[in-house]
Amino acid sequence: MLRKLFKFHGGVKPQTNKERSTTAPIAPVPLPDRLVIPLHQSVGGHPRPLVQPGDRVFKGQRIGAADGNLSSAVHASTSGIVRDVLPAVMPHTSGLTTLSVVIEPDGEDRWGELERINVRAATPDELRDYLRDAGVVGLGGAVFPSHLKLKPGKEGRLDTLVINGAECEPFITCDDMLMRERAADMLKGISAMRHMLQAREVLIGIEDNKPEALAAVQAAITASGEQGIEALSIPTRYPAGGAKQLIRVLTGIEVPHGRRSTDFGVQCFNVGTAYSIHDALEHGRPLLSRVVTVAGNVDTPRNYDVLIGTPMDHVVRLAGAHPDTDRYIMGGPMMGVRMPAFDVPVVKATNCILVGSPALFPPPPPEMPCIRCGECAKACPADLAPFEMYWFSRAKNFGKTQEYHLFDCIECGCCSFVCPSHIPLVDYFRFSKSEIWAREREKEAADTARERFEFKNLRQEREKQEKAEKLAAKAAATREKVAGEAAPPGATPTAAKPTGGDAKRALIEAAMEKARQQKAQIAPKNTDASTPGVQAEMAAIDARRAALEQPTEPPPPAGQA
Amino acid sequence: MINSPYIRKPASVQSVMLQVLLALVPGIVAYVWFFGAGILVQLAIASAAALAGEAAMLAIRGKPKALFLTDLSAIVTAWLIALTFPPIAPWWLTVTGTLLAVVIVKQLYGGLGQNPFNPAMAAFCLMIVAYPALMSQWPAAGQLDFKTQLDLIFGGARQVDAITGATPLDALRTALRSAASPESELHGLRASQLMDGPAFGALGGTGGEWVALGYLLGGLWLIQRRIITWHIPAAFCGALFVTAGLLWGLRPEGFASPLFHLASGGAMLGAFFILTDPVSGATTARGKLLFAAGAAVLTYVIRVFGAYPDGIAFATLLMNILVPIIDMKTQAPVFGHKKD
Repeated sequence: MLRKLFKFHGGVKPQTNKERSTTAPIAPVPLPDRLVIPLHQSVGGHPRPLVQPGDRVFKGQRIGAADGNLSSAVHASTSGIVRDVLPAVMPHTSGLTTLSVVIEPDGEDRWGELERINVRAATPDELRDYLRDAGVVGLGGAVFPSHLKLKPGKEGRLDTLVINGAECEPFITCDDMLMRERAADMLKGISAMRHMLQAREVLIGIEDNKPEALAAVQAAITASGEQGIEALSIPTRYPAGGAKQLIRVLTGIEVPHGRRSTDFGVQCFNVGTAYSIHDALEHGRPLLSRVVTVAGNVDTPRNYDVLIGTPMDHVVRLAGAHPDTDRYIMGGPMMGVRMPAFDVPVVKATNCILVGSPALFPPPPPEMPCIRCGECAKACPADLAPFEMYWFSRAKNFGKTQEYHLFDCIECGCCSFVCPSHIPLVDYFRFSKSEIWAREREKEAADTARERFEFKNLRQEREKQEKAEKLAAKAAATREKVAGEAAPPGATPTAAKPTGGDAKRALIEAAMEKARQQKAQIAPKNTDASTPGVQAEMAAIDARRAALEQPTEPPPPAGQA
Repeated sequence: MINSPYIRKPASVQSVMLQVLLALVPGIVAYVWFFGAGILVQLAIASAAALAGEAAMLAIRGKPKALFLTDLSAIVTAWLIALTFPPIAPWWLTVTGTLLAVVIVKQLYGGLGQNPFNPAMAAFCLMIVAYPALMSQWPAAGQLDFKTQLDLIFGGARQVDAITGATPLDALRTALRSAASPESELHGLRASQLMDGPAFGALGGTGGEWVALGYLLGGLWLIQRRIITWHIPAAFCGALFVTAGLLWGLRPEGFASPLFHLASGGAMLGAFFILTDPVSGATTARGKLLFAAGAAVLTYVIRVFGAYPDGIAFATLLMNILVPIIDMKTQAPVFGHKKD
C-alpha cells in the first residue's frame, strides 16, 4: 500500500558517511577498569544517590532514585564495588561536573534480583512507574523520561504512534544497526507502547538510505502478524529525524512550539527507546547499555553495545583512533557537542562518539557579512528567517528575535551549514536564547528579593506593634491590679472593665490592620508588563476589593469604580 | 571554540558573485556582437574603478582587504554599471559613477551586505540627473566601429549628437508624442507604424533584443543554479506584461506592445540581475513578488510618462526604500503556525 507522505520545509543533504560503520555487526565492549555513572542522565530532576562508597552493587541495581515524576532512575551497569560518589566531569562542552557514582567492576558482571512486572496485569500507572524506575529515557538524544510520554492525550487514546528510525545525522548508524539486528524485540516494545497509548496505528519512519533496516523491520512486522503497523521509507533529508519533522512527514501534522504532540493525537519515540522498553518490561532489565556508533577519524568505524558509564576513550580505542585526533563529539556533525575530555563517560544520550580531527572537521573559513541571500531561510526546517534573527541577535535586540520566533528554532544547524558567508548562525541563536533566559532568571530573582524585603519590613513592623501592644496590655493589667488593690472592692468591676476592653479592642484592630496590610502587599504583582489600560482596570478592581474589605466605611458608589 | 555544525556546504560569497558574473556573459557576448567591443572597455574601466574605490575604503575602514576585494561583489556592481551606462559614455563618467556606487552607496553604509540601495542603480540615477545628455546617447547596432567608440570613450571628438540617437524606448516615446500633435508629420501614425524603422527589431530594439535574450538565458541559469529564486523575475515580467498589456489593449495605436516593453531597455537585466540583488531587495517569497511587481509598474510609468530613457533604475531605488516594511509585513508563518 502506498501511503501519502508529506514534506517539511527546508532541510539539507550533507554527505551521510554511514556506509563504513554498517559493515560489521554491533560489537560488545570489554569491561573497563572503572565506570563513572552520572546520576543526572535525563531531562528533569537530579536522582538521589542510593549507594555509598564501599557498597557492593550487582548489575542492574538501582543506584540513583528518580527525583519526583519528571526524572528517571539510574542503575549500576555491572557488578562491583562503589569506589566513590562525587562530582565528575560530565559529557558536555561546558566541562562542568555532576554527581556521579564510580564503580570498580568485579569482572563477574553478575545480575541481582530483578524487579519484574506482569505487563498484562499491571495498570498503566504501574507500568509508567516501573519504566521510570527502570531508567528508560528517550535514546534519540533528548533523553526525556519515556514514562511521561506514555500517556495518551485528553481523549484517552492516540491516533498515531510515530517510531523514529530516520536517523538523519551523518555518521550515526546505531539505530540502523539496532533495527537490522533487533527488529523483533524492538517491535515487541512498540506493541507495548501502542497498548499503553491505545494508539490506532503505528508508523515507523526510516530514511531511504537504510534499505536493510527497513527490510528487517518490515519482515519483523510480517512475522508478528500485528495489524495497523507500518514501516515507511522516507526521503533522506536532514533533519527528517527531528521528532516534529518526522511527525510532519508521516502524518502531515505540524506540532507548534510549546504544544504537546498528544494534543494532536500523535506521539513519537526512537527505535532504541522501543527496544529498551521491551527489555525492561519483558526481562526486567533496566536501561544499562545502549548502542553507540564510533565513527569519524578512526580505522574501523563500528557500532558497539556500551555499558552506561564506560569512558569514551575505552570504546574509541577498539575502533582505532588516528593520531591526529583532537576531539570527541557526542552526536553527529550537525548537532553534536564537543567533549571536554577523552575519558568522559558514555551516557544514555550518547548515540555516537564522533572522533574529530582538524582535517576531518576543518575550522570554517573567515566569517563574512550577511548578504541576505536567504539560503538559511530556504534551509530552515522550522520555516524561520534566520538572517533576520541574526541581525537582531547581533544588535542584542532580543525582543525582536522572539518576534521572529527565536524559540521555534530547533538548533539543527541547517542555516550555518548552507551560509555562504560562513556565519555561525546557530551560535548566535544559542547566545540569544541564553541571554533571554538569563534575563528572565534575573528578573525572577529581583522579584523574589523584593518580595522578601517587603515581607521582612512587614514582619518587623508587626513585631514592633505586637511588642508595643503586649507592653500596653501588661501596663494596663498592672494598672488594673494596682487600682484593684487601692480601690474599694465594690468599685472594681466598673473601673477595670473599660480599660481591659479598650486594650482588647486595640489588639483586635491592630491584628485586622496587619491582615489588611499583608493582603495588600504580599500578593505578587506580575502586572508590570501589562498595558496601561489593563493596569488601570486592575487598579479599579483593587480599589473595589479594598472597599469591600473595610466594612466600617460605606462602599463607594459604583460609578467611581 | 567551534560549535556544531562542524561540517559546511562548500559555498561562499565569492562563488555566488562569480556565478552572477558568469550569467552575465551571454548578454555581454550579444552586446559585443551587435554594438561592438567598446562595452568590453567600459567593463574594464568600471571594474578597475570599483576595485580601486573598494580598496581605498577598506583601508580607511580598517577592514581586511584580501578577503573583501576577492569576494567579487564590487565587480558585479561594476559590470552592472557598465552594462546600464551608454557604451560610449566618456571614461570619467563611468569612473565617477562606479566610485559613487562603491564608495558612497556601498562602503559608507557599511560595506558588503549593509547598503539599503542597489549601488549600480543609485549610480545610474545620480549620473542621469547630473549628466542627462551624456547618459542618453546610445549608438544604434553596428553604427560605430571600435576605433570611434574608443575615441568617444577616451575623450576624442565628441560629435555625439551627430552620430548617436536615443534608445528605442526613447525614440518611440518621442515619436508617439509627436504623433499626438496635429502639426507633426507623424500625426495619426500608430505605434506599430512608428516602430517600422531600422532601430526596431522583431520585438524590441535591433540588437538590443538579442542582448535581452542573453540576459534572459543567464538569468534562467541563475535560477537553475539556485542563486536566485523565480519570484522576482516572474513577478517583474508578469507585472510589466500586464500593465503594458492593459494600456496597449485599450489603445494599441498609442502604446507599445507588452512584448516590446519586455524586450527593450533594461527589463531583462533588471528582472534577473538588478532587482534580484539580495542585499537591497526583498527577501520573503511574498515580499519578492510585491517588490518586483511594484518595480515593474513604476518602470512602466517612468518609461511611458516620464522623461528618462528607462525607468528600471528609479523604480529599483523607490522599491528599495520599501524593502524593510515589505519584509516585515510579509514574514511567512513558521512551522506549526500555518493555516492549512
